[in-house]
Amino acid sequence: MRNRDRLDTAWRLAVALLAIAFALFPVVFIFSAAINPVSSLNTTQIIPENPTLDNFRYMLDNPQHSFGRWMMNSLIVSTITAVLVVVLSAFAAYAFSRFRFRGRQGLLKTILLAQVFPNVLAMIALYLILQQIGRVIPLLGLNTLGGLILVYLGGAMGFNTWLMKGFFDTVPRELDESAQIDGASHFQTFYQIIFPLVRPILTVVFILTFISTYGDYLLARVMLSDNKTYTLAVGLSLFIGDQYGQRWNQFAAGALIGAIPTLILFYLVQNQLQSGLTVGAVKG
Amino acid sequence: MANVSTTENQGRMPSPLSSLGDSLPKILIRFGLLMLLDALTISFVWQLWFSGGAGFAITVTLVVIAINVVFLRTDAMPLRWIMPGLAFMIMMHIYPVIFTVFTAFTNYGDGHLVEKPVAIQQIESRTYVPEGAPTYGWTAYRDADGNIALWLVDEEGDTYFADSEGNYAPAEEVPGIGELDANGAPLSIEGYTRVPANQKLVTLPELQGHTYGPADGGVQVTGINTATQTEQKYEYDAENDTMVDQETGLIYYNVEGTFTAEDGDQLRPGFPVTIGAENFTRIATNPAIRGPFSTIFIWTFIWAFFSVFLTFALGLFYSLVMNKPDMPFQRAIRVLMIVPYALPPFISVLIWRGLLNPVLGVIGTQWNPGWFTDPFWAKVGVLGVNLWLGYAYMFLITTGALQGISRDIYEAAKVDGASGIYQFRKITLPLLLVAVGPLLIGSFAFNFNNFTIIDLYNSGGPPIAGAATPAGHTDILISYTYRLAFAGGRGADYGLAAAISIIIFVIVAIITLFNFRYTGMLEEVSENV
Repeated sequence: MRNRDRLDTAWRLAVALLAIAFALFPVVFIFSAAINPVSSLNTTQIIPENPTLDNFRYMLDNPQHSFGRWMMNSLIVSTITAVLVVVLSAFAAYAFSRFRFRGRQGLLKTILLAQVFPNVLAMIALYLILQQIGRVIPLLGLNTLGGLILVYLGGAMGFNTWLMKGFFDTVPRELDESAQIDGASHFQTFYQIIFPLVRPILTVVFILTFISTYGDYLLARVMLSDNKTYTLAVGLSLFIGDQYGQRWNQFAAGALIGAIPTLILFYLVQNQLQSGLTVGAVKG
Repeated sequence: MANVSTTENQGRMPSPLSSLGDSLPKILIRFGLLMLLDALTISFVWQLWFSGGAGFAITVTLVVIAINVVFLRTDAMPLRWIMPGLAFMIMMHIYPVIFTVFTAFTNYGDGHLVEKPVAIQQIESRTYVPEGAPTYGWTAYRDADGNIALWLVDEEGDTYFADSEGNYAPAEEVPGIGELDANGAPLSIEGYTRVPANQKLVTLPELQGHTYGPADGGVQVTGINTATQTEQKYEYDAENDTMVDQETGLIYYNVEGTFTAEDGDQLRPGFPVTIGAENFTRIATNPAIRGPFSTIFIWTFIWAFFSVFLTFALGLFYSLVMNKPDMPFQRAIRVLMIVPYALPPFISVLIWRGLLNPVLGVIGTQWNPGWFTDPFWAKVGVLGVNLWLGYAYMFLITTGALQGISRDIYEAAKVDGASGIYQFRKITLPLLLVAVGPLLIGSFAFNFNNFTIIDLYNSGGPPIAGAATPAGHTDILISYTYRLAFAGGRGADYGLAAAISIIIFVIVAIITLFNFRYTGMLEEVSENV
């Protein structure tokens, strides 16, 4: 029995090794390419003979393209969007969780149904709207980070409000009632009583929004048209274009730098993410 | 649920503390902010309205009115919390959807981009040279702002001075004219510098299309030394909504936003008008559109199905293998295995494109059945890349769901002598599907619109031969829409692209509503009151 169990564990570990190999194989090659001074995709050696950090330096310093700028743009857009999404949806979730008012159910349903239509499908309309806005307020028009954030905020409510409302509901109402008896306003109740208790869900929504905004390619591609305003997704894809032969190693370095923010965030929320995903799954 | 009654009361009869507790300064601040918002909105909407954004202007106005109502009435207090998010949702999500629907019924796109008055103005600005029109010699002068003025000499030797603002006078009435050169043109004019003869050619493109002199007709530069009296070619007849050619008398009728003569000649630009369901009928009937569209339509479903199926199969396989309580290194294995899920997809797809590159890539050089050039293998390639990107998500959710299945059922099955495979088929899979079913449908809907992978893998290529629109074998509906609207290289067709968006809307909406029904998400609202 012991031996059989060991054998069982052994083959499971073997599968796990293969799985990890499959998962990491492109990443290993990217590492290899990033530290390889010779521009070639097809090196037989994983660790090149003269490893170098030149490719990283090239990406960060070279003024001919704007890698640093794209990275900055992506971080700016994702951070601002995520913060605003958290604030907007937390306010709404608070109201839906704490107040009973006419039209509450209807509004909740409307918000959910609006999400049925992914806003990427309205990209033509969004493009034309930003064009119109830009004629009056240039800072929020096409080819501006402000305009792009505005577009992302259209989807701020939706599932986030639902996710948060579910969490807010678990905070006992006696807490805010007693605060209000002590004379706290709704905003004080929200800020001082509820907010600290719901911080975990706010963090999760922040990180998920950040990651999805950071990874958005379509809307950024449609709205931005200038090297200086590109986000990383747009900039990096145009940088490599079809020039895999000449730019592979530099691209590899850029890809590694670009992956850092989401890798860190993913690592941070890994556990909440899994429980969050499965809670959603088992509900029903 | 003991506190239900108290919370109910709280909403319907706001407690004195919350509604009347607002101090005077607070109220003043609220009024001040509202007035500021209203003032900004009025200024914004006013300008927007006159620059061709009427629909959005109305939406913004309605939203701001709603904000005012909500913040002025104490009984709408709960809505104050919802309004900020709702405002963005209405302006940047709901209105764009409505606008998309509207656009789908128009001919909006290249050739029909500007509003009617602008189109008329552009057509009316065209001129022609009437027979026997007087010609002039010209000399150019530039003012401090870089505008060009002309010194004109007609066939009789009379001279005129015309500036870029439309002023036009016999030269002797113009002050500040200096000494004349051998050709009769002044060496200097006050406020202007003369453009030297050797730079005349350079200024020619700048002068093209610019009319000097009186508004009807006027003088246009036609060559390096000549300028000619021209006249307005087309005149708009508002009563009949026609454009009349002044030279030939030909009448151009307004046919679906394009002034068209009876012989089929069209005047550009046209302007956007509603054309009914024509974009939809084009998709259904025009063979050059219908062919590629149906190919793309079918592939979109195949793509979404296999994306879900393959990632789910691999993710489930992994989680079944790892689902052993005393498995060593479990946490480390899990962290490493979900790396593909943690990388931004736009980065991973670009990396895979490099690895599959037939000339340089580590896979492509060893084995290349045509990863980007063969329609079938391009599809296999993009599905393979998506498998790598997506299995980790499935691994995560199936691992979670497996934990939710009670051990006892398996014990019972073992007692009954059920084999491992039988247990999987009859116990694990059905229970698992109940738990993750909605997520699989969600994943299907997501992949249905997974633009990032499709576009970055091969820009939808290889191209479908003989297609009238930019269409490729791996294109899905959303990437096809994108190409029609923005990146076709054959001009933008917003109307047609919007029509296809509507078709996708309908499909995705059906899938998602089905999903809601399945999970009871909408019912949950009613229960949870």
